[in-house]
Amino acid sequence: MANFLYNVLFKRSSTFTVTILVGCFIFERGLDVITDKIFEQVNQGKLWKHIKHQYET
Amino acid sequence: MAASLGRVCKFGLLKSNYGTLFNQQVHNFSTTNQWSKGRKVLLACLGVTAGGISALIYALDQSVKAFDQVAHPPNYRWGFYGIFSSLDHRSLRRGWEVYKNVCSACHSLDFLAFRHLVGVTHTEEEVKAIAAEYQVQDGPDDTGAYYMRPGKLSDTIPAPYPNEEAARAANNGAYPPDLTYIINGNHNGENYVFSLLTGYCDPPAGITLREGQYFNPYFNNGALGMPQIIYNEVIEYADGTPATASQVAKDVVEFLMWASNAEFDERKKMTIKVIGFGLISLPLVIYWKKLKWTTVKNTKLLFTPRYKRQ
Repeated sequence: MANFLYNVLFKRSSTFTVTILVGCFIFERGLDVITDKIFEQVNQGKLWKHIKHQYET
Repeated sequence: MAASLGRVCKFGLLKSNYGTLFNQQVHNFSTTNQWSKGRKVLLACLGVTAGGISALIYALDQSVKAFDQVAHPPNYRWGFYGIFSSLDHRSLRRGWEVYKNVCSACHSLDFLAFRHLVGVTHTEEEVKAIAAEYQVQDGPDDTGAYYMRPGKLSDTIPAPYPNEEAARAANNGAYPPDLTYIINGNHNGENYVFSLLTGYCDPPAGITLREGQYFNPYFNNGALGMPQIIYNEVIEYADGTPATASQVAKDVVEFLMWASNAEFDERKKMTIKVIGFGLISLPLVIYWKKLKWTTVKNTKLLFTPRYKRQ
């Protein structure tokens, strides 16, 4: 597995760069989504998101 | 200070260690071994002085501040005090009602625009309707004249008085401060404002108040130009919450907390993010440190004096 990863992704600078860029994107999005989930869980019912349905027509 | 430090260390801190020192005892790393006794005493005195001053400052900060003639507000258990806790947006919405119906008679909210309310307390349509209720001066038009028009989302919230002089003239010479940053602008702002709003009482014996002054123990020296405004049922909430005095004060303080800290919820969310990222990077940092130090910790250097060599 490690060998495979090395040969396919990390060996050449070109693929390594692409790996870093794509990895950053996935990691950042993942962290954001998880953070939002936790935040909304902790503050259930307090955020605008949770009450706006009462006022939207 | 810098001169004393230079005397104590003789720039020993800046000297790079010799490579051969790496596997010797920690004792041998120390640059203090060659210090004279006087220098060690001087350093000890410096340390004691610095520690003493720090302790004094801490003690003064923690001490009971009983010199001013003012009551210190208690710390209430606000819903937004937890490290992940956001503001309660229902409360913010009611707080805007309180500001609009009660506070805005005298206090401005200069640094807030109608558009800031969108997605925080009201929907866009609601805020447009609120803004349209106000008349805002605009111009100049084609003839160079200024004219009044209904407010738009981009307008700042209109102030009750055109300038400070007009505000003072209308309020017995007392200037009602702008409320946008009132929470951040006062020490322990949210508790102070809440206590001030709910803390009016009769003046104790010996305190004389001039005409147009009201006694409030939480205001410095007690004489406040603002009368008690917040009573039970002072307004009627649109969402049916019972408008007790403490509820009204709490809602408006929470609203002003948001006005002072528009990024409040974002900050709490960032806390979670930073903790999450820290937990992920901590093992990586530990691994990296061990990787780098393993050569240092496993290196052994052997020194044989010339007289022992064969």
